[in-house]
Amino acid sequence: MTLHNDPSQANAYTRREFLHSGLTMASAAVAVPHFLQRSALALPTALPGLSSIAGVDEDRVLVVCQLGGGNDGLNTVIPFRQDAYYRARPGIGLRGEEQLLELSKIGANGSEGIAFHRAMGGLKSLYDDGLCTVVQGVGYPNPNRSHFKSMDIWHTADTSGSGDGWLGRYVDAECCGFGKGESGSDDGTIDETIYPPIAIGRTAPLALNGRSVKPVAFETPDLFRWMGEDVHDDLVGPYEKLAQQGVRPGTDPHSNAAFLMRTTLDAQVSSDQIRQAVSRQPLVRYPNSGLARQLQMVGSMIRSGLKTRVYYVTHGGFDTHSGQGGANGRHAQLLQQFSDAVKAFYDDMKAQGNDGRVMTMCFSEFGRRVNQNASGGTDHGTAAPMFLLGPMVQAGVVGAHPSLTNLDQGDLKFKIDFRSVYADVLGSWMGAKDPNGILEGRFKPTRVVKG
Amino acid sequence: MTASTAVSGQTEPVEPPPSHLKPLAKRDFGYAEARHLLWRAGFGGSPAQIQTLASWGMDRAVDHLLDYADVPFESPAPDTFDKNIMRPATDKERQEYRAAQRAQNENVLAQTRLRRQQAQRRDRQQIGEMQRWWLKRMIETPRPFEEKMTLFWHGRLATGYRTIENSYHMYLQNQTYRANAAGNYGELLTSVIRDPAMLKYLDNDESSKRQPNENLARELMELFSLGVGAYSERDIKEGARALTGYTFEDDDFFFRQENHDTGNKNILGTRAPHDGESFVRAILSQRACSHYVCSNLYRFFARHVPTDPTQQDKATDRIVGLMATKLRKSDFELRPVLRQLFKSEHFYHESVQRELIKSPVELVVGAVRSMNAPVRDLAVLNDALDLMGQRLFFPPSVKGWDGGRSWVNTSTMFVRQNILAFLLTGKKPVGYDATAGADAFDPMPLLEALETGDRGASSDPARVVDYLLRLTLGNSPAHARKVLTEFIDSHGGVRPDVVTGALLLVTAMPEYQLC
Repeated sequence: MTLHNDPSQANAYTRREFLHSGLTMASAAVAVPHFLQRSALALPTALPGLSSIAGVDEDRVLVVCQLGGGNDGLNTVIPFRQDAYYRARPGIGLRGEEQLLELSKIGANGSEGIAFHRAMGGLKSLYDDGLCTVVQGVGYPNPNRSHFKSMDIWHTADTSGSGDGWLGRYVDAECCGFGKGESGSDDGTIDETIYPPIAIGRTAPLALNGRSVKPVAFETPDLFRWMGEDVHDDLVGPYEKLAQQGVRPGTDPHSNAAFLMRTTLDAQVSSDQIRQAVSRQPLVRYPNSGLARQLQMVGSMIRSGLKTRVYYVTHGGFDTHSGQGGANGRHAQLLQQFSDAVKAFYDDMKAQGNDGRVMTMCFSEFGRRVNQNASGGTDHGTAAPMFLLGPMVQAGVVGAHPSLTNLDQGDLKFKIDFRSVYADVLGSWMGAKDPNGILEGRFKPTRVVKG
Repeated sequence: MTASTAVSGQTEPVEPPPSHLKPLAKRDFGYAEARHLLWRAGFGGSPAQIQTLASWGMDRAVDHLLDYADVPFESPAPDTFDKNIMRPATDKERQEYRAAQRAQNENVLAQTRLRRQQAQRRDRQQIGEMQRWWLKRMIETPRPFEEKMTLFWHGRLATGYRTIENSYHMYLQNQTYRANAAGNYGELLTSVIRDPAMLKYLDNDESSKRQPNENLARELMELFSLGVGAYSERDIKEGARALTGYTFEDDDFFFRQENHDTGNKNILGTRAPHDGESFVRAILSQRACSHYVCSNLYRFFARHVPTDPTQQDKATDRIVGLMATKLRKSDFELRPVLRQLFKSEHFYHESVQRELIKSPVELVVGAVRSMNAPVRDLAVLNDALDLMGQRLFFPPSVKGWDGGRSWVNTSTMFVRQNILAFLLTGKKPVGYDATAGADAFDPMPLLEALETGDRGASSDPARVVDYLLRLTLGNSPAHARKVLTEFIDSHGGVRPDVVTGALLLVTAMPEYQLC
């Protein structure tokens, strides 16, 4: 889904001609939407800045899974041997074999006396197969307990929560070699080799917003198209003639009119490709949840060969101020949905043979307070665990569990700055040349990707 | 019809516009020019409005738009919004909180935090109300130039709600920009350094002589008045000193004397015990200032040229220079500069018309105003603005919105098409709630002006198509005429639902995104 930007190629295929091979090509020079051209010709692509990890394919993908509302990390990854845990959570604490899935020691330290909530059987099996990193105690200095502010902080990788998204800056850097403060060219031209991140949802999250490359967002592919087609079938033919011809003959190729014509065609073609991709039955069965549906879409887009490198999905509802439940109940249900969805997604990637190139990273904007509150729930807190999934991750538990007694006004003190995790993902997985530049600060990477 | 309107469809590279601001010949101001003026100086015009301005002639048309104080319209009231949601803590509350901190009283601390979170939630609701309020105002105002200039300043002297989290202060700032929208630039810049939202946004509220904060001083020069490179790092440091003590209390500007650095400062070549106001005066006296301001005005109203002067073409260079001279000569009054621009041959040149990409606000407000489309649901329209990348009161940074081609990508293109479909049909994309505000849109009144000028024309598909294209696109490309005339012909002729279908098609065209 790039914006074609070669002014020397003024005319274009119609949409139909792209989708059906075998039709005669227009005789004049053509403006082929770039992403289609590349996938059709199967050009080997060495995207700029990618470092190679032996045995891992190029075109590595990152799928970010956001748990919205502030996931109660303490009841997700449970330090079940600590008395302080049970003192703090007499009502909602988890106890015993039936409620806890104890983590064995794999790889890195930190897994002593740690267990998953029993609802996370899916995630546990990934962990046991060496496909999961649990990073404990992730947060940032001067924690902010406002949903919006804290989420902005995670999205911008900036403790003031302002500026572009960290992944937006990554894509900008890949595309045009610049970060915050510098400007791309004023007429908005961008490198054709960059594929915008895709978010499943109404709007693209701030994390994906860059200066040059803008993300694509849709809830369902049906919404990622011109809906005049829904108004009346007879509009389709004229619409194609009026809006899907690419750059019209005689149009100044440098003009905004030409730019808009190219973009309209590009958008339509992208839309068709995505809808076609998503319409295929997946290779595995996905469970029935919002998150699973999003990941299923992502899975089908990856399978279809779309060259997008960043996807973003979200699972909300974690703001469990009351009636959170312990082993059962609301929080348990959310964790189950989360765990089952990411497991199905991994299975899908494995079935496709794409597991080696797709990493999933899961986070929440903050954890929750150590003590349960008077309503059987928990209030906004601070540090919480992150999860990274895939065969390329540093399997096991990274970092020790934050102390349950040495607290910051009743909240866990963070041990690992989330930007250190970002730094390793950017540098070791995405192949960014300058993670510190993208993150606008020096952060010693926390090893989450296998060396 | 004038010479420029005889051109149907863009042709190969058009000649550049003239490098002067001589007035357009009066006989050359017709329908297309009036339409162009309405889109640039406002948010488009209905057929009746275009005809009226065309019949008035250029001078009266431009003067009417610019001298809007003569047009009655209710000013926004201070109590339209709740000023107490994010009110500062009272002394008593502050004492209680400190006591609770000392005593480690978790309950009180948690309660306080909870109250604050609730206030923040309520404030976020209010900023949403404010967005809808402003959108409605832009749609309804008989003074489109006033709102257009307010929108311009909102993007140029940008403050983001996300950072300050105080909706009432955003409202006050909005008022300030409206009050000074097309007045004196010096006064506007002065009001900026006294604006609570801006002072908070750029961290000047705590800036003191012991620890001056440079943020406001820097952006004041770099982004708001002079441009990169027209000042030194020293000017920033000294400017920051001049602005110390400029803060706010509750909702008002407050000068905290004890924080102010009263010493001499050397700013932009003048050495004096500068305060904020004299800092602004020093800025205005720089040649770069008038140039920078006019460059931005030109970019917004005429052509979206590069911000870097070294990349601008000769015509732009010359024109901006002429505008800058005018601005200085008029003592930084903005109206004379824009009046001259809007009356110039340059402004109506073929290469200037239909070449700006509409911002999301211009697209939505313009569609309603130019086609008299029913608003249906302000919340849906407001949402669409967000999806298209222009969330009112949430500029992405102090730089505002980049504009131009950055508005359009493969995602936003569909939203741009679909919000028009929503306005024309009330239909929302599959998956949204059932159609809200499904009042039928009657396109036939749009054809009245055509019929008045040419009896029988409004039942002739070819003439109707030509007319609608000139209304919506500003010209009448042959290929579009052909497709649309065939469409109307093959569906029983000029009837309301068929004309609506034709408008759906036109507004989905890439060219519709231009103004």
